[in-house]
Amino acid sequence: MSAGYIAQQIVNGLILGSMYALVAIGFSMIYGIVRLINFAHGDVVMIGAFITLGLLQKLGLPFPVVALGVLITCAGVGVLIEKGAFRPMRGAPQVTGFIASLAVSIMLQNLGILFLTAQPRNFSFPDYLQKVIAIGPVSFRFIDLIIMLSAMGLMCALMLLVKKTRLGIAMRATAENIDVARLMGININRTITASFAIGSALAGIAGLMWGGKFGQIDPLLGFVPGLKSFVAAVIGGVGSIPGAIIGGYVLGLSEVLFVGLLPPIYSAYRDAFVFLTLILILLVMPNGILGKRLEDRA
Amino acid sequence: MLDIDNIHVYRGKTYVLQGVSLKVAAGEIVALIGANGAGKTTLLQTISGLLRPRRGRILYQPADSSAAMDISTISAENIVKLGLSHCPEGRGIFSQLTVRENLLVGAYLRSDKAAIQRDYRRICDTFPILAERARQAAGSLSGGEQEMLAVGRALMSRPRLLVLDEPSLGLGPIIIKNLFGVLAEINSQGVTILLVEQNAVMALDFSHRAYVLETGRITISGASTDLACDESVRCAYLGGKE
Repeated sequence: MSAGYIAQQIVNGLILGSMYALVAIGFSMIYGIVRLINFAHGDVVMIGAFITLGLLQKLGLPFPVVALGVLITCAGVGVLIEKGAFRPMRGAPQVTGFIASLAVSIMLQNLGILFLTAQPRNFSFPDYLQKVIAIGPVSFRFIDLIIMLSAMGLMCALMLLVKKTRLGIAMRATAENIDVARLMGININRTITASFAIGSALAGIAGLMWGGKFGQIDPLLGFVPGLKSFVAAVIGGVGSIPGAIIGGYVLGLSEVLFVGLLPPIYSAYRDAFVFLTLILILLVMPNGILGKRLEDRA
Repeated sequence: MLDIDNIHVYRGKTYVLQGVSLKVAAGEIVALIGANGAGKTTLLQTISGLLRPRRGRILYQPADSSAAMDISTISAENIVKLGLSHCPEGRGIFSQLTVRENLLVGAYLRSDKAAIQRDYRRICDTFPILAERARQAAGSLSGGEQEMLAVGRALMSRPRLLVLDEPSLGLGPIIIKNLFGVLAEINSQGVTILLVEQNAVMALDFSHRAYVLETGRITISGASTDLACDESVRCAYLGGKE
């Protein structure tokens, strides 16, 4: 096993990890603020993938416009989900919100099957994005580079937003204590809606990347990235944005490295290994890598 | 300035405030004393909009010249805008935000940057320890420092009426004395204060008028000096006969 081979695996892991991280951020943000485990979050990835397909292949728009379109429409989808499904449940026990999110997830999947059919569709980016770049022994497509860099760019932008802006401070204050946040004059409805919008926009971009990476999309594709990003958020420490990013990369890297470094006969068990890693990490760090103990807030 | 008119408040199914009326005039310091579970915190939370009364009105005058308005149906975040700032029980500081961020979040609704900076400086002058710890996470402060932070944060909204819930809770006597000195100064600068305290001696000493709340009803009210001499108040809250 050469160093080049391992370097290639690491690059692959970073690409996959970038996608998990983008989805995990939304999971973590939403949990941090409203203590909701939002299982519909993965389906926003699916919506993002189909919007990409529509804008890029059906309308033939240039790639940056497509990316912007996905960000905006998925933010809108997030707002709709929050207002339609979760706001009426505010203050209900945590498990109620969890079940509502499963309902939203199943509904989105079935709406997808209804209007888009369950038939997988081929997904191809323009040639210039598919071009293979080789640096020494490591090679990747131009789109993979864009995936990785834009994911990292978006994550930096988000961390700055949370750290520096008025909205960011409002989000952190609301996550810590909703009632006191209101006493400061923070409109918590607007803050919660904003966090859904941001989380969903990032998940939508992950959907664009998913399509670009795997070349095929269908209305049920959100389940796997949704579940894995949930795992990533838990590994990182749910509620923490940097934690979600770290969790995403840990998951992405370990998944690729298990496949790449283990004998091929074990590669089918990669998810088993990935979840074993999760269990081990949680045994040692029950609150995740960067997690703080969060009290339940029904 | 504040005129609470016969409010009835439930917490879940519990009937907590059973017809409470209370008045605070501009410039006053009014204390509300009472045992645990009497409903003091519930009353303050109803004033600041975190809870809603089932019945009754809360009239509040947002400016000297304006007419009194019923704030019992206004949401908490909009009540702050009217100059009513509630410093909650247990301080409620944001422990993962820095000290500076906590103070600035107190001015969340204000947009006058220069004035916010001036107020920030002024609070740092009042509580020098907060300036020293400006970049630390607020959770790392001691109890007394956290209380100062909570009071400072409440002042950052430039309130007309400051509502304080048990500011002395868990603090040592010297810190309490300092804190009440600062509160008296704030009051002399024109901020009206409504104070909830378990420490009745302290509260009666500090306030102009006081109310005694017992299981959801006001039982005694009057000038604080009179209440301090009142036999039943002394027995129940001031440690009996001297």
